[in-house]
Amino acid sequence: MDYSSIDILLVEDNVDDAELAMRELKKNKLTSNLFHVKDGEEALDFIYGNGQYAGSRSTQNLPKVILLDIQMPKVNGIEVLEKIKGDRQTNIIPVVILTSSNESPDIKKCYRLGVNSYIVKPVNFEGYSHAIKELGLYWLLLNRPPEI
Amino acid sequence: MDYNLIDILLVEDNMDDAELTIRELKRSHLANNMFHVRNGEEALDFIFAQNNYEKKRKNAKALKMILLDINMPKVNGIEVLEKLKNDESTKDIPVVMLTSSKESTDIQKCYKLGANSYIAKPVSFDAFTHAIQNIGFYWLLVNEPVLK
Repeated sequence: MDYSSIDILLVEDNVDDAELAMRELKKNKLTSNLFHVKDGEEALDFIYGNGQYAGSRSTQNLPKVILLDIQMPKVNGIEVLEKIKGDRQTNIIPVVILTSSNESPDIKKCYRLGVNSYIVKPVNFEGYSHAIKELGLYWLLLNRPPEI
Repeated sequence: MDYNLIDILLVEDNMDDAELTIRELKRSHLANNMFHVRNGEEALDFIFAQNNYEKKRKNAKALKMILLDINMPKVNGIEVLEKLKNDESTKDIPVVMLTSSKESTDIQKCYKLGANSYIAKPVSFDAFTHAIQNIGFYWLLVNEPVLK
């Protein structure tokens, strides 16, 4: 796999949610350059080309969007968001928080940190698939991503 | 019109584009409380309840979305964006750049300043109206805003 040309980075620890998301994106032909990681630590290693991704990626390769869950082991989504948006090399990457949390403090914190968009995962299957499709179409086809 | 209840601010100097945008958003019933200004200076007055809008926007509720053109007389979109994203009271408002500019430098600059999204205006009528529908749907129905 060519890690340097990833368009979507999906950061999600829940296997079912991840599979659903990938399936929905695939259905809409949006997955050709998707990569999935299961926790925040791996997400950061991937983005910054560290750890297991050293040498195969750099911050010159910008994904078009990062889909980021909040509740995850090791490093959570808000910490990942803070790091990405606090770093001049990566703060231009569009980040969409995709989480079951509809807690006001979480929402506010993410916007404060510069999140591009915040989506509360619908509880039912249809709603969730629909949200994935809409955000896929928006961030991969309509939105103009940053270029280096 | 109660200026305090405005949800969406369209900042656009081109009257044709503005008309199309307003019409399309109204058609999808997403823009019942929408307002249009034609330059950056007026946009800032509106958002910060200054000058002409001081009394009219005294008890304004938070905007749900700002659609922001770049090339405009007096104060351009990038200057407006910078002011919005550097102010605690307005940095949480989703700002969608909606511009004919496809210049890399403009795109970079907007993301650097914290624009939530960047849309290059499609040239064809169909594509333009379609884009407006999608933008409206995404930011008003899919995205979760900060509730004040």
